[in-house]
This record gives sequence, structure tokens and C-alpha cells, in this order.
Amino acid sequence: MAKTEKKAPAGNKIGNLAIDNTFTPVTYDPQYILMVNKLKKYFPIKGGMVSKTVGYVRAVDGITFNLKRGTTMGLVGESGCGKTTAGRTILRLSGDKTGGQVLFNGQEVYDLSPKEMRAMRTKMQIIFQDPFSSLSPRLPVGEIIGEAVREHNLVPKDQFDDYIDQVMDNCGLQPFHKDRYPHEFSGGQRQRICIARALALNPEFVVCDEPVSALDVSIQAQIINLLRELQEKYNLTYLFISHDLSVVEHISDTVGVMYLGNLVEYGATADIFRNPLHPYTKALFSAIPIPDPGAKMSRIVLEGSIPSPANPPSGCKFHTRCANCMERCKVEAPEQKEIEPGHFVVCHLYDK
Amino acid sequence: MAKKKAEGYLSGREARRISKENRRITNEFEKQRKRKNVPESEYLTQMRDPNNTVEFDNLHTYFFTDAGTVKAVDGVSFDVPIGKTVGVVGESGCGKSVTSLSLMQLLQRPQGQVVEGAIRLNLGDKAYDVTKMPNEKMQNLRGNFMSMIFQEPMTSLNPVFRIGDQVDEVIALHHGEGKTKEQIAERTIELLEMVGIANSRGVYKMYPHELSGGMRQRVMIAMALACSPRLIIADEPTTALDVTIQAQVLDLLRSLKDKINSSIMFITHDLGVIAEMADYVVVMYAGRVVEKGTVEEIFHNPAHPYTIGLMASKPVVGKQVDKLYSIPGKVPNPINMPNYCYFKDRCEMCVAGCEGEYPHEISLSPTHKVTCYRYYDKTDKGGDR
Repeated sequence: MAKTEKKAPAGNKIGNLAIDNTFTPVTYDPQYILMVNKLKKYFPIKGGMVSKTVGYVRAVDGITFNLKRGTTMGLVGESGCGKTTAGRTILRLSGDKTGGQVLFNGQEVYDLSPKEMRAMRTKMQIIFQDPFSSLSPRLPVGEIIGEAVREHNLVPKDQFDDYIDQVMDNCGLQPFHKDRYPHEFSGGQRQRICIARALALNPEFVVCDEPVSALDVSIQAQIINLLRELQEKYNLTYLFISHDLSVVEHISDTVGVMYLGNLVEYGATADIFRNPLHPYTKALFSAIPIPDPGAKMSRIVLEGSIPSPANPPSGCKFHTRCANCMERCKVEAPEQKEIEPGHFVVCHLYDK
Repeated sequence: MAKKKAEGYLSGREARRISKENRRITNEFEKQRKRKNVPESEYLTQMRDPNNTVEFDNLHTYFFTDAGTVKAVDGVSFDVPIGKTVGVVGESGCGKSVTSLSLMQLLQRPQGQVVEGAIRLNLGDKAYDVTKMPNEKMQNLRGNFMSMIFQEPMTSLNPVFRIGDQVDEVIALHHGEGKTKEQIAERTIELLEMVGIANSRGVYKMYPHELSGGMRQRVMIAMALACSPRLIIADEPTTALDVTIQAQVLDLLRSLKDKINSSIMFITHDLGVIAEMADYVVVMYAGRVVEKGTVEEIFHNPAHPYTIGLMASKPVVGKQVDKLYSIPGKVPNPINMPNYCYFKDRCEMCVAGCEGEYPHEISLSPTHKVTCYRYYDKTDKGGDR
């Protein structure tokens, strides 16, 4: 990627380097546990002799959404559209943000000192995608789950063992699993360990980064059911990142569709799936295979592939692949508009 | 797969005895396979039905591990008709991939061996039994008559060679006689165009890391199709891809299949993909076929409790359910399989007969077969094996 950047004319370089960081700050609304406002995360591309920044990969390019307490938001999109980076940036796991706001319970996450951030970590947790690589192979399961609990002194020492047993039991693990190592478990069990590790800290908000993508269909159902049970029990809030749309529809209350670092559509699950508005959402939903051989499919096949986030198209980022592309789309980036209550879309088609 | 249960503890002496025994068995198989100048008559065979590309007949593939023998494939029979797509579904570890690897003779050797049964491959004027073929002859079949699209496009391309060189190699190896380098390169670029890569000349000179997942999978497909094989084995070709890319790849596979009139053996655990792609479906569980039939029969009228459970556990867009069905329990230990129906311990529809030995195949229609005691009274007791 750095190579193509170097070849770009000088004028382009300067254009790429300027970061537009204007946004109107939002005020805290107590019904929302998480408020994300114009959040941006750019990764610099280093090039040249002295490793100076020659451009940015615009992984997350201004996303805005609010998440109510005790609900699940699904985040869908193709790989490389910035879903995972969005999740990590919200948790302040990938360095500094480039712009925007993340208000967790009204507190700007990026304003906290390292010490305060450590305390905050117990409230927001993440479940990683691949249960085969996100568990340390050298630690027994009890230690994996309990490490953070001990670190944060959440329970007195004499109750520690009972507490871990309790957490494991909640997640469908047996107490005798405690002394085993991750390699002794199957994929579904490992994912349970990952969930137990996240929930051991009593978080309020959990980012689930493709928690079922690596699992079999029947195991998938178990894990999804487990996540839902735990949500009801502890009033958890999930940000559920996945590219499996049928899973997202099943588990989410609201859905956000991402394309190339932008949230192109956002709203209640029923609204989005019943009445997708953005051309990208329509194409994405039409590509879902239906497990019924007789089903008629009118598939909208998107031409080409996702453009490079280092050099995104001007105007609306989707205009290079959009079937309804207008002249205006090529120059002017659309704004987020509310079409029906709670259903937002970023597209020029719905301007009137 | 060779995971050892706590209760299945083996002493060191016992493990050494097993491994010695295993080596004796596998050496025997290896010796057979490594022979040179084997007469063709040894592996020449007759197809049961000349309209089939491949017939799996009572295939047994075992892995001889130090913890015991894993019966990964334990008596699998099904046919792949010419010009049709057969979908193989099942959980991971149920033997889907091992079945296809047995056909390609790409099993992990020497532990993995086909111990019984036949795989008949139709070459047009004659038929070969792949299980009896020596190693040196297999080279002519792989790539030419059957080829495989592997699961992970990220890991199955060599990162240190250019895309063009990797596809060239396939063509040079199989169809390279009398062709110059330039001609081979032309053919490669033609193939890359055929699989829908727009910038084929540019991609020819690229390395795998410069391509996205969908593009890499297209390259894999181009490599598999390089010699117009009669049978394409697609081992979860879209599992690692996004839905939009998946749709593109499926469309591509379908159109290419018609273009070169080959059969596809499509291995996946995604029922949606199967419904869309396959003409026939084979459902596998713990190394055996539990149900097979046409795609309509399997989806509209699933008979085996496992198939029914599998269908129910997949969330479907537009169908709201409160709680997903999940099949209770887990797959039995492959080293120590029970002698009754393998699914009995997880089955919620057990009938009295389930206590007995593993059920045999019952025909519900000429194409729809199921292995379950629930259907014993519906046909005569004899079955029709």
C-alpha cells in the first residue's frame, strides 16, 4: 500500500495528510450506556527515507451511534470495513483515537488517566474472534479466567476459588475444567472460556468480535443462546460484530452496517432487515444464502471489490460500486439522516 | 481428533505397544502404495453406473494414532453423478474432509490409511479404483481429472511465489508438453480472466499478500480449473469469505461448472450455501452417512434427527425465534465409538429399536436414504443396501 502512496502526486499527499476533525460534541443522555460521536481512527502509512507519514489508512472514518443499556447492537460489513477497529477503538485498545467522542456512561474514555482507565477496563470487556489463538496455551483455564479478577482485587482471596467456579458454571463449564489447558478443549468450549474470562470482571458492556464465526452450526447455537442468557441475567450490553447476517438478526436489537470505515445505515433490527434503505445494505442482504432450495433469489451482485481505505473514493465512498450512483455522489459526501424514527441512513437518495 | 479423554488414560507401555502395532499395519499399506510399475489391471474396475463421476463404496479411512485407531470415515457410500453438484454437510470432525482427501490420496501419511472399500473414478473409457492405485500413478489423476479448492485461501497459496508462477506450475506439470513459457503464461492469464479477475496481467505478477481473500480464492479456483478437471472438490471454499464475496464465488463456480461440464463435490457446514448450490445432499455424522437425497428431499422433508436438529440450529433471516435449538451433548469419542447408533445419546426422538446395533440404510424414496430406527417399520426390515 505504501508503494502506491509514494507514486501519488504531491498534491494528493497533502490532501491525504490533512485530518478533518470537526464535530459537534454530544451531551450525555443517561439512557445510553455508550455514545459514539464521529469517532475516527486513522493508521499512518510510513514511507520514504526518514519514515515520515505519507498517508493514512482510514479504518474508522467518523461513525456515530448510541447504544441503550441492556441491548445488543450488531455491527455488520465486509472484512476490512473497520468493524473490528471500531470495536477496539471504542475500548481504547488500539492507541489513541484520531477524532470524535466515545462516551461510556457519560465519561469520555480517552480522557481518563492510565490508572483510571485500568479501573474502567473491568466495566468494558471484549470476546475475541478466534478461540484457538486468543487463549494462552501455557495457562490453565482457571488462571486464564481468574487472572484479571485477582489483578483488580474484585473478590477477597478466600472466596476467589468459589467465585471462579461460579463464573465457570454460568458459562457452562465444569469445575474440574479449571486445571486443564486450552488445548484440551474443543472450539465451543474454548469460546465458553473466552466468555467466562470477559464476564468474570462483571462488565456492563462487552464487545463480541465475531464470537461464533469459527464455530460449527450446532455449537454456534449453544454459544448464541449462552450469550443471550447471560445478557438477561446480568443486564449486559453487547456490541456484536459479525459478518454472519442471520446470526446478527437473531441476536441484535439494533444493527449498524459499515462500509469502508463509515456507518452507512443504522437502526432497529426489524426496520433494517424489513426495509433496507442504503444500496449497500440491499446488496449485502440479497447475498445471504437462504436454506431453502426452492427460494427465488434476486441477488444484487456488487461489482469489483472494496476500495483501499488508504485512498478512499471522493464523495460517497460507495459510489464506485453503487447501482444508483448520481453525479452528486461522486463529489459530495452524504450526511446521516433519520428516515423513520431511529432508522438512520447515509445516502443522497433519501435527501428529499 | 486424537484427543484423549481423561478416563481413556493410557500407560506409557500401552501407548508404545499401540504405536508399534500401528507401525506394522501402516508399513504394510505404505509398501503396497510405494510399489513401482504396477500393472494397470490391478486398479482397473467397473463403474456401477456409467453416469457417475465418482462412486464411494463402503469407504473406511482410519487414522492409526498412538492413542488408538480413529475411524474417521467408517463405511461411507455415495455417488457423484456427472455434471451434478453433491453437497456434503456435517460438523467439523465428522469426516467430510477426510472423505475428499481419501479420494485425492492426500491423507496424512502414514497414520491415515484407507483400510477398506473402494472409490471408483470414471475416466470416460475406463474406471480406476483410487484406493488401490500406487503413488506414482496418482500424480496423473490429481489436477487432470480431479482437483481441490482448499478451505483457506489465506494459507493455501505459497507466500514467496508470484501468483502467475504458482498457476503456471500447475499447467506446466500437467499440460505443459511442447508449450513454451509464453504460451503457458497466456493460458494462466486466460484462466485468471475466466474466474473474474479484471486486472489479470497485473495479478499475474503479484504476490498472494497483495490480494484480498476473495481474489485469493479466485486464484485457487483458477488453479483448480487449470486442466478442466471432471471433478472439482470444493472443501469449504467460502467459509472464510464475506457474504458478498461468497455470492460472487458461488456464482462463479456454478457458471464454470456448466462451462467445462464437470461435477462438484461441495463440502461445507453452511446449509444456506448447500441449498443454493447442490443437486444432491449427503449428511455425515461421526464418520458415517446418516442421510442422503436430493436437495429438495433433504430440505423439505429431513428425516434423520440430526439433519432436523442441524436445520433448526441455524438462525434464518426473516424467521424470529426466541431461543435457537441446539443439539444436546457432543460427538462421541472417535477412538471408542459405541456399537449402537452414534447419534442415540444426543437424540431426542429415540424409539425402542435404538438400543440395538447401528441401524442400516432405509430407502424413503429411490434417492432418499436415511440411517435411523424411526423408519424401520415404514419399509420392510431388510432394507436395500
